Amino acid sequence: MDGILTLLSFGPEGWSDEIAGGVIITVSLALATLPFGLAVGFAVALGKISGDRALRLAANIYTTIFRGLPELLTLFLVFYGAQIAIQHLMRITGSAGTIEINAFVAGMVALGAVFSAYASEVFVSAFRAIPRGQYEGAYAIGLSRRRTMRLVILPQLIRFALPGLSNLWLILLKETSLVSVIGIADILRQTQVAARVTKQAFLFFGLACLIYLALAVLFSIVLSAIERRVSLGGAVR
Amino acid sequence: MTPARSMENVEDLPPPHIASRWTPARILGLLLLGLWTLVGLGIVVFLVASWNPELFWRYAPNYISGLWVTIQLVLISTIAGAVLSVPIAVGRSSSSYLASALSYAYVYFFRGTPLLAQTFLVYYGLGSFRPQLEAIGLWVFFREAWYCALLAFALNTAAYQAEILRGAVQNVGRGQWEAAAALGLPRLLTLRKIILPQAMLVALRPYGNEIILLIKGSAIVAIITVYDLMGETRRAYSRTFDFQTYIWAALIYLSMVELLRIATERIERRLTRHLRR
Repeated sequence: MDGILTLLSFGPEGWSDEIAGGVIITVSLALATLPFGLAVGFAVALGKISGDRALRLAANIYTTIFRGLPELLTLFLVFYGAQIAIQHLMRITGSAGTIEINAFVAGMVALGAVFSAYASEVFVSAFRAIPRGQYEGAYAIGLSRRRTMRLVILPQLIRFALPGLSNLWLILLKETSLVSVIGIADILRQTQVAARVTKQAFLFFGLACLIYLALAVLFSIVLSAIERRVSLGGAVR
Repeated sequence: MTPARSMENVEDLPPPHIASRWTPARILGLLLLGLWTLVGLGIVVFLVASWNPELFWRYAPNYISGLWVTIQLVLISTIAGAVLSVPIAVGRSSSSYLASALSYAYVYFFRGTPLLAQTFLVYYGLGSFRPQLEAIGLWVFFREAWYCALLAFALNTAAYQAEILRGAVQNVGRGQWEAAAALGLPRLLTLRKIILPQAMLVALRPYGNEIILLIKGSAIVAIITVYDLMGETRRAYSRTFDFQTYIWAALIYLSMVELLRIATERIERRLTRHLRR
Protein backbone atom coordinates (compact mmCIF):
# COMPACT_ATOMS: atom_id res chain seq x y z
CA MET A 1 0.00 0.00 0.00
CA ASP A 2 2.84 2.34 0.90
CA GLY A 3 4.48 1.54 -2.41
CA ILE A 4 1.36 2.51 -4.29
CA LEU A 5 1.08 5.80 -2.43
CA THR A 6 4.68 6.58 -3.33
CA LEU A 7 3.99 5.78 -6.97
CA LEU A 8 1.04 8.12 -6.93
CA SER A 9 2.82 10.97 -5.18
CA PHE A 10 4.05 14.16 -6.78
CA GLY A 11 7.81 14.19 -6.89
CA PRO A 12 10.73 12.21 -8.24
CA GLU A 13 9.44 8.83 -7.05
CA GLY A 14 5.81 9.39 -7.97
CA TRP A 15 4.02 9.81 -11.25
CA SER A 16 1.32 12.30 -10.36
CA ASP A 17 3.20 15.30 -11.73
CA GLU A 18 3.70 13.57 -15.10
CA ILE A 19 0.08 12.51 -15.21
CA ALA A 20 -1.10 16.00 -14.23
CA GLY A 21 0.89 17.29 -17.20
CA GLY A 22 -0.98 14.74 -19.30
CA VAL A 23 -4.32 16.06 -18.05
CA ILE A 24 -3.32 19.57 -19.12
CA ILE A 25 -2.31 18.30 -22.58
CA THR A 26 -5.57 16.36 -22.99
CA VAL A 27 -7.77 19.27 -21.94
CA SER A 28 -5.85 21.83 -23.98
CA LEU A 29 -5.96 19.63 -27.08
CA ALA A 30 -9.73 19.30 -26.70
CA LEU A 31 -10.10 23.04 -26.06
CA ALA A 32 -7.92 23.90 -29.05
CA THR A 33 -9.96 21.60 -31.29
CA LEU A 34 -13.31 22.99 -30.19
CA PRO A 35 -13.44 26.46 -31.88
CA PHE A 36 -12.07 25.07 -35.13
CA GLY A 37 -14.49 22.14 -35.08
CA LEU A 38 -17.47 24.36 -34.25
CA ALA A 39 -16.65 26.87 -36.99
CA VAL A 40 -16.20 24.22 -39.68
CA GLY A 41 -19.24 22.32 -38.42
CA PHE A 42 -21.39 25.45 -38.63
CA ALA A 43 -20.16 26.23 -42.15
CA VAL A 44 -20.88 22.66 -43.26
CA ALA A 45 -24.34 22.87 -41.69
CA LEU A 46 -25.05 26.09 -43.63
CA GLY A 47 -24.07 24.19 -46.76
CA LYS A 48 -26.42 21.34 -45.89
CA ILE A 49 -29.46 23.55 -45.39
CA SER A 50 -28.70 25.66 -48.43
CA GLY A 51 -31.16 25.70 -51.30
CA ASP A 52 -28.45 24.87 -53.77
CA ARG A 53 -28.01 21.23 -54.77
CA ALA A 54 -24.28 21.44 -55.48
CA LEU A 55 -23.53 23.03 -52.12
CA ARG A 56 -25.64 20.46 -50.27
CA LEU A 57 -23.88 17.63 -52.03
CA ALA A 58 -20.43 19.06 -51.28
CA ALA A 59 -21.33 19.42 -47.60
CA ASN A 60 -22.78 15.91 -47.43
CA ILE A 61 -19.63 14.41 -48.93
CA TYR A 62 -17.65 16.03 -46.12
CA THR A 63 -19.81 14.44 -43.41
CA THR A 64 -19.91 11.07 -45.12
CA ILE A 65 -16.12 10.91 -45.22
CA PHE A 66 -15.33 12.10 -41.73
CA ARG A 67 -18.16 10.20 -40.05
CA GLY A 68 -17.29 7.03 -41.93
CA LEU A 69 -13.55 6.84 -41.32
CA PRO A 70 -12.24 5.46 -38.04
CA GLU A 71 -10.85 8.33 -35.97
CA LEU A 72 -7.52 6.54 -35.65
CA LEU A 73 -7.24 6.20 -39.42
CA THR A 74 -8.12 9.88 -39.91
CA LEU A 75 -5.37 10.72 -37.47
CA PHE A 76 -2.82 8.63 -39.38
CA LEU A 77 -3.98 9.99 -42.73
CA VAL A 78 -3.45 13.53 -41.47
CA PHE A 79 -0.22 12.81 -39.63
CA TYR A 80 1.58 10.76 -42.30
CA GLY A 81 -0.28 12.20 -45.28
CA ALA A 82 0.63 15.79 -44.44
CA GLN A 83 4.24 14.77 -43.88
CA ILE A 84 4.43 13.09 -47.29
CA ALA A 85 2.64 15.97 -48.99
CA ILE A 86 5.06 18.49 -47.52
CA GLN A 87 8.05 16.42 -48.53
CA HIS A 88 6.69 16.26 -52.08
CA LEU A 89 6.19 20.00 -52.13
CA MET A 90 9.71 20.56 -50.89
CA ARG A 91 11.12 18.24 -53.53
CA ILE A 92 9.23 20.16 -56.21
CA THR A 93 10.36 23.54 -54.94
CA GLY A 94 13.86 22.15 -54.55
CA SER A 95 14.36 23.09 -50.95
CA ALA A 96 16.35 20.77 -48.76
CA GLY A 97 15.78 19.59 -45.22
CA THR A 98 12.85 17.89 -43.56
CA ILE A 99 9.90 19.37 -41.75
CA GLU A 100 8.32 17.41 -38.96
CA ILE A 101 4.57 17.72 -38.65
CA ASN A 102 3.67 18.78 -35.17
CA ALA A 103 1.75 15.86 -33.65
CA PHE A 104 -0.42 18.26 -31.63
CA VAL A 105 -1.53 20.10 -34.76
CA ALA A 106 -2.15 16.82 -36.60
CA GLY A 107 -4.29 15.67 -33.68
CA MET A 108 -6.15 18.96 -33.71
CA VAL A 109 -6.89 18.78 -37.42
CA ALA A 110 -7.99 15.13 -37.36
CA LEU A 111 -10.15 15.42 -34.24
CA GLY A 112 -11.51 18.76 -35.48
CA ALA A 113 -12.54 17.23 -38.81
CA VAL A 114 -14.40 14.40 -37.08
CA PHE A 115 -15.95 16.78 -34.54
CA SER A 116 -17.12 19.19 -37.24
CA ALA A 117 -18.73 16.38 -39.25
CA TYR A 118 -20.86 15.38 -36.25
CA ALA A 119 -21.41 18.99 -35.16
CA SER A 120 -22.79 19.87 -38.58
CA GLU A 121 -25.54 17.28 -38.05
CA VAL A 122 -26.36 18.82 -34.67
CA PHE A 123 -26.54 22.30 -36.22
CA VAL A 124 -28.73 21.05 -39.07
CA SER A 125 -31.29 19.59 -36.71
CA ALA A 126 -31.16 22.79 -34.64
CA PHE A 127 -31.85 24.81 -37.80
CA ARG A 128 -34.78 22.52 -38.59
CA ALA A 129 -36.18 23.15 -35.10
CA ILE A 130 -36.50 26.88 -35.78
CA PRO A 131 -39.88 27.64 -37.36
CA ARG A 132 -39.97 29.42 -40.73
CA GLY A 133 -42.02 32.18 -39.16
CA GLN A 134 -38.92 33.40 -37.35
CA TYR A 135 -37.20 34.14 -40.67
CA GLU A 136 -40.35 35.59 -42.18
CA GLY A 137 -40.94 37.81 -39.16
CA ALA A 138 -37.39 39.09 -39.25
CA TYR A 139 -37.54 39.85 -42.98
CA ALA A 140 -40.91 41.53 -42.48
CA ILE A 141 -39.45 44.04 -40.04
CA GLY A 142 -36.73 44.72 -42.58
CA LEU A 143 -33.71 42.90 -41.18
CA SER A 144 -31.13 41.84 -43.73
CA ARG A 145 -30.31 38.14 -44.11
CA ARG A 146 -27.09 38.58 -42.17
CA ARG A 147 -28.71 40.42 -39.28
CA THR A 148 -31.59 37.93 -39.22
CA MET A 149 -29.04 35.17 -38.78
CA ARG A 150 -27.09 37.04 -36.09
CA LEU A 151 -29.92 38.57 -34.07
CA VAL A 152 -32.81 36.19 -34.52
CA ILE A 153 -31.68 32.74 -35.59
CA LEU A 154 -28.33 32.24 -33.83
CA PRO A 155 -29.56 32.90 -30.28
CA GLN A 156 -32.28 30.29 -30.74
CA LEU A 157 -29.96 27.95 -32.61
CA ILE A 158 -27.54 27.82 -29.68
CA ARG A 159 -30.36 26.82 -27.39
CA PHE A 160 -31.39 23.93 -29.63
CA ALA A 161 -27.84 22.82 -30.46
CA LEU A 162 -26.35 22.96 -26.98
CA PRO A 163 -27.39 19.49 -25.71
CA GLY A 164 -26.02 17.82 -28.85
CA LEU A 165 -22.84 19.86 -28.76
CA SER A 166 -22.26 19.06 -25.06
CA ASN A 167 -22.49 15.41 -25.94
CA LEU A 168 -19.97 15.88 -28.75
CA TRP A 169 -17.64 17.71 -26.39
CA LEU A 170 -17.64 14.74 -24.00
CA ILE A 171 -16.95 12.42 -26.94
CA LEU A 172 -14.12 14.68 -28.11
CA LEU A 173 -12.57 14.58 -24.66
CA LYS A 174 -12.47 10.78 -24.82
CA GLU A 175 -11.26 10.71 -28.39
CA THR A 176 -8.19 12.79 -27.58
CA SER A 177 -6.80 9.59 -26.05
CA LEU A 178 -6.03 8.43 -29.61
CA VAL A 179 -3.27 11.00 -30.00
CA SER A 180 -1.22 9.06 -27.46
CA VAL A 181 -0.48 6.76 -30.41
CA ILE A 182 1.35 9.48 -32.34
CA GLY A 183 3.41 10.35 -29.30
CA ILE A 184 1.62 13.21 -27.59
CA ALA A 185 2.13 13.07 -23.83
CA ASP A 186 -1.56 13.07 -22.90
CA ILE A 187 -3.15 11.25 -19.96
CA LEU A 188 -3.09 7.85 -21.58
CA ARG A 189 0.47 8.22 -22.87
CA GLN A 190 1.80 9.25 -19.46
CA THR A 191 0.00 6.45 -17.65
CA GLN A 192 1.29 4.03 -20.27
CA VAL A 193 4.85 5.13 -19.57
CA ALA A 194 4.24 4.86 -15.84
CA ALA A 195 2.73 1.41 -16.26
CA ARG A 196 5.68 0.20 -18.29
CA VAL A 197 8.28 1.56 -15.88
CA THR A 198 6.62 0.48 -12.64
CA LYS A 199 4.94 -2.74 -13.88
CA GLN A 200 1.74 -1.56 -12.18
CA ALA A 201 -0.40 -1.60 -15.30
CA PHE A 202 -3.75 -2.09 -13.59
CA LEU A 203 -3.12 0.72 -11.15
CA PHE A 204 -2.13 3.27 -13.76
CA PHE A 205 -4.65 2.38 -16.46
CA GLY A 206 -7.34 2.28 -13.80
CA LEU A 207 -6.16 5.73 -12.73
CA ALA A 208 -6.33 6.91 -16.35
CA CYS A 209 -9.93 5.71 -16.59
CA LEU A 210 -10.82 7.44 -13.34
CA ILE A 211 -9.27 10.71 -14.53
CA TYR A 212 -11.25 10.59 -17.77
CA LEU A 213 -14.35 9.81 -15.73
CA ALA A 214 -13.67 12.76 -13.43
CA LEU A 215 -13.23 15.05 -16.43
CA ALA A 216 -16.52 13.78 -17.88
CA VAL A 217 -18.33 14.41 -14.59
CA LEU A 218 -16.76 17.85 -14.23
CA PHE A 219 -17.62 18.96 -17.74
CA SER A 220 -21.14 17.57 -17.65
CA ILE A 221 -21.79 19.60 -14.51
CA VAL A 222 -20.40 22.73 -16.17
CA LEU A 223 -22.29 22.08 -19.39
CA SER A 224 -25.62 21.44 -17.73
CA ALA A 225 -25.16 24.70 -15.81
CA ILE A 226 -24.56 26.48 -19.12
CA GLU A 227 -27.57 24.78 -20.68
CA ARG A 228 -29.75 25.89 -17.79
CA ARG A 229 -28.42 29.42 -18.10
CA VAL A 230 -28.98 29.57 -21.86
CA SER A 231 -32.49 28.16 -21.75
CA LEU A 232 -33.48 30.50 -18.92
CA GLY A 233 -34.86 33.37 -20.98
CA GLY A 234 -36.50 31.14 -23.54
CA ALA A 235 -40.16 31.24 -24.31
CA VAL A 236 -41.82 27.97 -23.52
CA ARG A 237 -42.87 26.26 -26.69
CA MET B 1 -38.07 64.15 -51.15
CA THR B 2 -38.54 62.70 -54.59
CA PRO B 3 -41.87 63.41 -56.18
CA ALA B 4 -44.38 60.64 -56.07
CA ARG B 5 -44.09 58.29 -58.99
CA SER B 6 -46.76 58.84 -61.58
CA MET B 7 -47.92 56.36 -64.15
CA GLU B 8 -45.95 58.09 -66.94
CA ASN B 9 -42.48 57.25 -65.76
CA VAL B 10 -43.23 53.60 -65.07
CA GLU B 11 -41.75 53.14 -68.54
CA ASP B 12 -38.45 54.60 -67.33
CA LEU B 13 -38.05 52.10 -64.51
CA PRO B 14 -35.47 49.36 -65.07
CA PRO B 15 -36.96 45.99 -65.94
CA PRO B 16 -37.57 43.72 -62.96
CA HIS B 17 -34.50 41.93 -61.71
CA ILE B 18 -34.27 38.42 -63.08
CA ALA B 19 -33.05 36.00 -60.43
CA SER B 20 -29.52 35.09 -61.35
CA ARG B 21 -28.77 31.43 -61.87
CA TRP B 22 -25.31 32.15 -60.56
CA THR B 23 -26.05 32.87 -56.93
CA PRO B 24 -23.08 32.98 -54.55
CA ALA B 25 -24.31 29.71 -53.02
CA ARG B 26 -24.31 28.01 -56.40
CA ILE B 27 -20.83 29.27 -57.28
CA LEU B 28 -19.47 28.19 -53.91
CA GLY B 29 -21.21 24.82 -54.21
CA LEU B 30 -19.77 24.16 -57.65
CA LEU B 31 -16.33 25.27 -56.50
CA LEU B 32 -16.45 22.91 -53.52
CA LEU B 33 -17.77 20.07 -55.67
CA GLY B 34 -14.91 20.77 -58.04
CA LEU B 35 -12.54 20.57 -55.10
CA TRP B 36 -13.98 17.21 -54.04
CA THR B 37 -13.72 15.97 -57.62
CA LEU B 38 -10.08 17.05 -57.64
CA VAL B 39 -9.46 15.22 -54.37
CA GLY B 40 -11.16 12.11 -55.72
CA LEU B 41 -9.25 12.31 -58.99
CA GLY B 42 -6.05 12.95 -57.04
CA ILE B 43 -6.60 9.77 -55.07
CA VAL B 44 -7.35 7.77 -58.22
CA VAL B 45 -4.30 9.20 -60.00
CA PHE B 46 -2.16 8.53 -56.95
CA LEU B 47 -3.39 4.93 -56.73
CA VAL B 48 -2.87 4.35 -60.45
CA ALA B 49 0.54 6.02 -60.50
CA SER B 50 1.78 4.05 -57.54
CA TRP B 51 0.10 0.84 -58.72
CA ASN B 52 2.43 -1.97 -57.95
CA PRO B 53 1.10 -5.45 -58.72
CA GLU B 54 3.74 -7.09 -56.59
CA LEU B 55 2.82 -4.97 -53.58
CA PHE B 56 -0.89 -5.50 -54.21
CA TRP B 57 -0.75 -9.26 -54.50
CA ARG B 58 1.58 -9.48 -51.54
CA TYR B 59 -0.66 -7.52 -49.19
CA ALA B 60 -4.17 -8.13 -50.56
CA PRO B 61 -4.52 -11.46 -48.67
CA ASN B 62 -3.40 -9.71 -45.49
CA TYR B 63 -6.04 -7.03 -45.97
CA ILE B 64 -8.71 -9.66 -46.50
CA SER B 65 -7.73 -11.54 -43.36
CA GLY B 66 -7.56 -8.23 -41.50
CA LEU B 67 -11.03 -7.32 -42.71
CA TRP B 68 -12.31 -10.69 -41.54
CA VAL B 69 -10.78 -10.13 -38.09
CA THR B 70 -12.48 -6.72 -37.91
CA ILE B 71 -15.83 -8.20 -38.93
CA GLN B 72 -15.51 -11.03 -36.41
CA LEU B 73 -14.57 -8.61 -33.65
CA VAL B 74 -17.56 -6.39 -34.35
CA LEU B 75 -20.01 -9.28 -34.76
CA ILE B 76 -18.98 -11.21 -31.67
CA SER B 77 -18.75 -8.18 -29.40
CA THR B 78 -22.09 -6.84 -30.66
CA ILE B 79 -23.83 -10.13 -29.89
CA ALA B 80 -22.09 -10.60 -26.53
CA GLY B 81 -22.84 -6.97 -25.71
CA ALA B 82 -26.50 -7.42 -26.63
CA VAL B 83 -26.81 -10.37 -24.28
CA LEU B 84 -25.03 -8.50 -21.50
CA SER B 85 -27.06 -5.36 -22.06
CA VAL B 86 -30.35 -7.01 -21.08
CA PRO B 87 -29.60 -7.44 -17.35
CA ILE B 88 -28.03 -3.97 -17.27
CA ALA B 89 -31.07 -2.36 -18.85
CA VAL B 90 -33.37 -4.27 -16.49
CA GLY B 91 -31.20 -3.14 -13.56
CA ARG B 92 -31.26 0.46 -14.76
CA SER B 93 -35.05 0.60 -14.74
CA SER B 94 -35.47 -1.61 -11.67
CA SER B 95 -37.02 -0.19 -8.55
CA SER B 96 -34.33 -1.78 -6.40
CA TYR B 97 -31.89 0.93 -5.36
CA LEU B 98 -28.86 -1.37 -5.38
CA ALA B 99 -29.55 -2.81 -8.83
CA SER B 100 -30.18 0.55 -10.42
CA ALA B 101 -27.15 2.17 -8.75
CA LEU B 102 -24.86 -0.67 -9.83
CA SER B 103 -26.02 -0.68 -13.42
CA TYR B 104 -25.91 3.11 -13.53
CA ALA B 105 -22.29 3.02 -12.36
CA TYR B 106 -21.50 0.40 -15.01
CA VAL B 107 -23.03 2.45 -17.78
CA TYR B 108 -21.43 5.67 -16.57
CA PHE B 109 -17.98 4.09 -16.33
CA PHE B 110 -18.01 2.54 -19.79
CA ARG B 111 -19.55 5.55 -21.48
CA GLY B 112 -17.38 8.07 -19.66
CA THR B 113 -13.96 6.62 -20.39
CA PRO B 114 -12.19 6.16 -23.72
CA LEU B 115 -12.46 2.74 -25.33
CA LEU B 116 -8.69 2.77 -25.80
CA ALA B 117 -8.12 3.20 -22.06
CA GLN B 118 -10.61 0.38 -21.35
CA THR B 119 -8.80 -1.89 -23.80
CA PHE B 120 -5.47 -1.10 -22.14
CA LEU B 121 -7.01 -1.71 -18.73
CA VAL B 122 -8.17 -5.17 -19.79
CA TYR B 123 -5.12 -6.19 -21.80
CA TYR B 124 -2.19 -4.71 -19.84
CA GLY B 125 -4.01 -4.08 -16.56
CA LEU B 126 -5.47 -7.53 -16.02
CA GLY B 127 -2.29 -8.97 -17.52
CA SER B 128 -0.39 -7.73 -14.50
CA PHE B 129 -2.34 -10.22 -12.34
CA ARG B 130 -0.73 -13.09 -14.17
CA PRO B 131 -0.02 -15.33 -11.14
CA GLN B 132 -3.58 -15.01 -9.83
CA LEU B 133 -5.04 -15.57 -13.29
CA GLU B 134 -2.85 -18.60 -13.79
CA ALA B 135 -4.02 -19.98 -10.48
CA ILE B 136 -7.66 -19.92 -11.56
CA GLY B 137 -6.83 -21.03 -15.10
CA LEU B 138 -7.94 -17.87 -16.85
CA TRP B 139 -4.50 -16.85 -18.04
CA VAL B 140 -5.02 -18.66 -21.35
CA PHE B 141 -7.81 -16.17 -22.03
CA PHE B 142 -6.13 -12.98 -20.88
CA ARG B 143 -2.82 -13.84 -22.52
CA GLU B 144 -4.28 -13.28 -25.97
CA ALA B 145 -4.72 -9.71 -27.17
CA TRP B 146 -7.62 -10.93 -29.31
CA TYR B 147 -9.69 -12.21 -26.38
CA CYS B 148 -8.90 -9.11 -24.34
CA ALA B 149 -10.05 -6.90 -27.20
CA LEU B 150 -13.25 -8.93 -27.50
CA LEU B 151 -13.90 -8.63 -23.77
CA ALA B 152 -13.24 -4.89 -23.68
CA PHE B 153 -15.43 -4.25 -26.72
CA ALA B 154 -18.27 -6.44 -25.45
CA LEU B 155 -18.24 -4.70 -22.06
CA ASN B 156 -18.15 -1.30 -23.72
CA THR B 157 -20.93 -1.88 -26.22
CA ALA B 158 -23.07 -3.54 -23.53
CA ALA B 159 -23.21 -0.19 -21.72
CA TYR B 160 -24.29 1.68 -24.85
CA GLN B 161 -26.74 -1.01 -25.93
CA ALA B 162 -28.29 -1.10 -22.47
CA GLU B 163 -29.10 2.60 -22.79
CA ILE B 164 -30.55 2.09 -26.27
CA LEU B 165 -32.68 -0.80 -25.05
CA ARG B 166 -33.90 1.06 -21.98
CA GLY B 167 -34.71 4.17 -23.97
CA ALA B 168 -36.61 2.19 -26.58
CA VAL B 169 -38.66 0.21 -24.05
CA GLN B 170 -39.49 3.35 -22.07
CA ASN B 171 -40.52 5.03 -25.29
CA VAL B 172 -43.45 2.63 -25.60
CA GLY B 173 -46.35 4.20 -23.75
CA ARG B 174 -47.59 2.94 -20.39
CA GLY B 175 -50.99 2.47 -21.96
CA GLN B 176 -49.65 -0.46 -23.96
CA TRP B 177 -48.69 -2.26 -20.75
CA GLU B 178 -52.01 -1.42 -19.14
CA ALA B 179 -54.05 -2.53 -22.12
CA ALA B 180 -52.17 -5.83 -22.26
CA ALA B 181 -52.68 -6.31 -18.51
CA ALA B 182 -56.37 -5.58 -18.96
CA LEU B 183 -56.54 -8.33 -21.56
CA GLY B 184 -55.00 -10.65 -18.98
CA LEU B 185 -51.69 -11.19 -20.77
CA PRO B 186 -48.77 -12.16 -18.54
CA ARG B 187 -45.97 -9.57 -18.31
CA LEU B 188 -43.37 -11.62 -20.17
CA LEU B 189 -45.74 -12.27 -23.04
CA THR B 190 -46.65 -8.57 -23.12
CA LEU B 191 -42.98 -7.70 -23.33
CA ARG B 192 -42.31 -10.20 -26.10
CA LYS B 193 -45.38 -9.69 -28.23
CA ILE B 194 -46.34 -6.07 -27.65
CA ILE B 195 -43.57 -3.96 -26.17
CA LEU B 196 -40.45 -5.29 -27.89
CA PRO B 197 -41.78 -5.15 -31.47
CA GLN B 198 -42.62 -1.47 -30.97
CA ALA B 199 -39.40 -0.76 -29.09
CA MET B 200 -37.21 -2.37 -31.74
CA LEU B 201 -38.63 0.00 -34.32
CA VAL B 202 -37.30 2.93 -32.31
CA ALA B 203 -34.07 1.15 -31.42
CA LEU B 204 -33.11 0.12 -34.94
CA ARG B 205 -31.38 3.33 -35.92
CA PRO B 206 -29.42 3.71 -32.65
CA TYR B 207 -28.39 0.05 -32.93
CA GLY B 208 -27.15 0.65 -36.46
CA ASN B 209 -25.21 3.69 -35.26
CA GLU B 210 -23.72 1.69 -32.42
CA ILE B 211 -22.46 -0.99 -34.81
CA ILE B 212 -20.98 1.73 -37.03
CA LEU B 213 -19.24 3.23 -33.99
CA LEU B 214 -17.91 -0.22 -33.12
CA ILE B 215 -16.54 -0.76 -36.63
CA LYS B 216 -14.77 2.58 -36.41
CA GLY B 217 -13.66 1.98 -32.85
CA SER B 218 -12.36 -1.48 -33.70
CA ALA B 219 -9.38 0.16 -35.43
CA ILE B 220 -7.79 0.75 -32.04
CA VAL B 221 -7.19 -2.96 -31.41
CA ALA B 222 -4.28 -2.58 -33.83
CA ILE B 223 -2.50 -0.79 -30.98
CA ILE B 224 -2.61 -3.89 -28.78
CA THR B 225 -1.16 -6.01 -31.61
CA VAL B 226 -4.35 -7.53 -32.98
CA TYR B 227 -3.98 -7.74 -36.76
CA ASP B 228 -7.35 -6.43 -37.82
CA LEU B 229 -7.76 -4.28 -40.94
CA MET B 230 -5.99 -1.39 -39.24
CA GLY B 231 -3.28 -3.66 -37.86
CA GLU B 232 -2.57 -5.12 -41.29
CA THR B 233 -2.51 -1.61 -42.72
CA ARG B 234 0.00 -0.45 -40.15
CA ARG B 235 2.14 -3.53 -40.80
CA ALA B 236 2.03 -2.99 -44.56
CA TYR B 237 2.91 0.69 -44.14
CA SER B 238 5.78 0.03 -41.78
CA ARG B 239 7.28 -2.40 -44.30
CA THR B 240 6.76 -0.43 -47.49
CA PHE B 241 6.40 3.23 -46.40
CA ASP B 242 3.90 3.40 -49.23
CA PHE B 243 1.04 5.74 -48.37
CA GLN B 244 -1.42 3.92 -50.62
CA THR B 245 -1.71 1.26 -47.92
CA TYR B 246 -3.62 3.80 -45.79
CA ILE B 247 -5.77 4.89 -48.73
CA TRP B 248 -6.85 1.28 -49.30
CA ALA B 249 -7.83 0.95 -45.66
CA ALA B 250 -9.75 4.23 -45.77
CA LEU B 251 -11.72 3.07 -48.82
CA ILE B 252 -12.54 -0.28 -47.21
CA TYR B 253 -13.70 1.30 -43.93
CA LEU B 254 -15.75 3.93 -45.74
CA SER B 255 -17.55 1.38 -47.88
CA MET B 256 -18.22 -0.84 -44.87
CA VAL B 257 -19.78 2.01 -42.90
CA GLU B 258 -21.78 3.31 -45.88
CA LEU B 259 -23.12 -0.18 -46.66
CA LEU B 260 -24.26 -0.61 -43.10
CA ARG B 261 -25.85 2.83 -43.02
CA ILE B 262 -27.77 2.20 -46.22
CA ALA B 263 -28.84 -1.24 -44.98
CA THR B 264 -30.15 0.23 -41.71
CA GLU B 265 -32.08 2.85 -43.61
CA ARG B 266 -33.61 0.24 -45.93
CA ILE B 267 -34.64 -1.99 -43.03
CA GLU B 268 -36.13 0.97 -41.19
CA ARG B 269 -38.07 2.05 -44.25
CA ARG B 270 -39.42 -1.48 -44.66
CA LEU B 271 -40.36 -1.89 -41.00
CA THR B 272 -42.07 1.48 -40.68
CA ARG B 273 -44.03 1.25 -43.92
CA HIS B 274 -47.28 1.00 -41.96
CA LEU B 275 -46.55 4.37 -40.32
CA ARG B 276 -46.06 6.29 -43.57
CA ARG B 277 -48.88 7.99 -45.33
